[in-house]
Amino acid sequence: MIDKFRSDPAAALAVIPSGATVAVGGFGSSGRPDTLIDTLCELDRRDLHVVVNNVGGDFTGIGRLLAEGRLRRVTSSFPVLPDFYDEYFAGRVELELIPQGTLAERLRAGGAGIPAFYTPSGAGTMLADGTFPLGYRTDGSIAANMPEREHRDFGGREHVLEYGIIADFALVKAHKGDRRGNLRFRLSARNFNPLAAMAGRHTFAEVEHLVATGELEPDDIHLPGVFVDEVLLASELSPKQPTIARLRS
Amino acid sequence: MTQTATAVPVSGRSREGIAQRLAADLRDGFVVNLGVGIPLLIPKFIPADVEVILHAENGVLGMGPLAASGQEDPDLTDAGKQPITLITGAAIVDSATSFAIVRGGHLDVTVLGALQVSGSGDLANWYVPGKNPAVGGAMDLVAGAREVWVTMEHVDRTGSPKIVPECAFPLTGRAVVTRIYTDLAVFRFDDGQLRLTECAPGVTPEAVRERTAAPYIEDL
Repeated sequence: MIDKFRSDPAAALAVIPSGATVAVGGFGSSGRPDTLIDTLCELDRRDLHVVVNNVGGDFTGIGRLLAEGRLRRVTSSFPVLPDFYDEYFAGRVELELIPQGTLAERLRAGGAGIPAFYTPSGAGTMLADGTFPLGYRTDGSIAANMPEREHRDFGGREHVLEYGIIADFALVKAHKGDRRGNLRFRLSARNFNPLAAMAGRHTFAEVEHLVATGELEPDDIHLPGVFVDEVLLASELSPKQPTIARLRS
Repeated sequence: MTQTATAVPVSGRSREGIAQRLAADLRDGFVVNLGVGIPLLIPKFIPADVEVILHAENGVLGMGPLAASGQEDPDLTDAGKQPITLITGAAIVDSATSFAIVRGGHLDVTVLGALQVSGSGDLANWYVPGKNPAVGGAMDLVAGAREVWVTMEHVDRTGSPKIVPECAFPLTGRAVVTRIYTDLAVFRFDDGQLRLTECAPGVTPEAVRERTAAPYIEDL
């Protein structure tokens, strides 16, 4: 019998070693798997490469991983948290900055067996020309730049080659899930969650509600359990308020 | 570059006035993505008989107004993480599908702020070197939307033109801008040629010329 439900997050996530690449769902605090992220902290995992759209506006979620010095590299489109940049410019964490749609498609492609694809997003910009600093040294000099993207013309327009992302592990959050790992998300908390789940070689899903197998109608399942290895209960419902304010104007 | 310190002072549209002017150009049935800043002032000026579907990068098609205090749902935000509402007939998709909408040419218009726009339609709006770099969906939006409309002040805080021969700031995209709405004027790009098509009420073509560094054709 297939039963992917695990009652003990620490026991389940113990297979994630320090140094792992971890894809994480969520957009800001919306749909972010805080139970699983907090468990990684409690397991004292370090040197992590996290693939996630945002690095929070506070010290919850990915912000907690940062505050506790657990990140080696972040692949992201909108890190936001000022303290993240302090760590980046100080040479303590690397930033692979990529357009948001490219991040979503790289996760989808990795999970779908597509090794690489061309996209117009970012073509001809410093995120594709090999001049954006991936990381700094502690003396403030640039240690390495993000690699230059291969450019290619399609129909008279410039495109860049982007690679699919396959993560060692994925952490995602859903509204409802069953013991086969079938997931249903709620409203805009869906965001990167199905894509991160697809990209993980081994995917953990925390769910707000564990429902009986069969309660989710086949047509209503957003992500089938084939993409999910272990299901856990979210320790609490979503935070009451989104915590990130608009920064740009 | 024109020295605007010596130019005669000019008063054009307010930020709300820029939003109102742009809103008058939205057509019934348009699917539109609005960036932060002036673009977010646009919805309240959309005429009642014009139905526009608002898209948010985090997977919302059919955004309504911000949620009222006490009615916020943490599972329902816009791309700026503000709690929102949905209109009747709204749809939710994942982030890959959201950007398939963007890159696939299914947005009629994206409206964005800008640091600079070049005379060939290059846009710089994501990064001021020395500050904290973050890009979000800006590069996807300008690469994929059928039209890229920029709203901005005509000059920067030092009085320097923001419509320039070449952008000094890192680019968001090359030759992507199709219209510019500022406090002083409206510009359009036709076949890569920048054209001044309208001056704001009380603003002369000379005042616009003095504050615009890129060459353009007057098509008033």
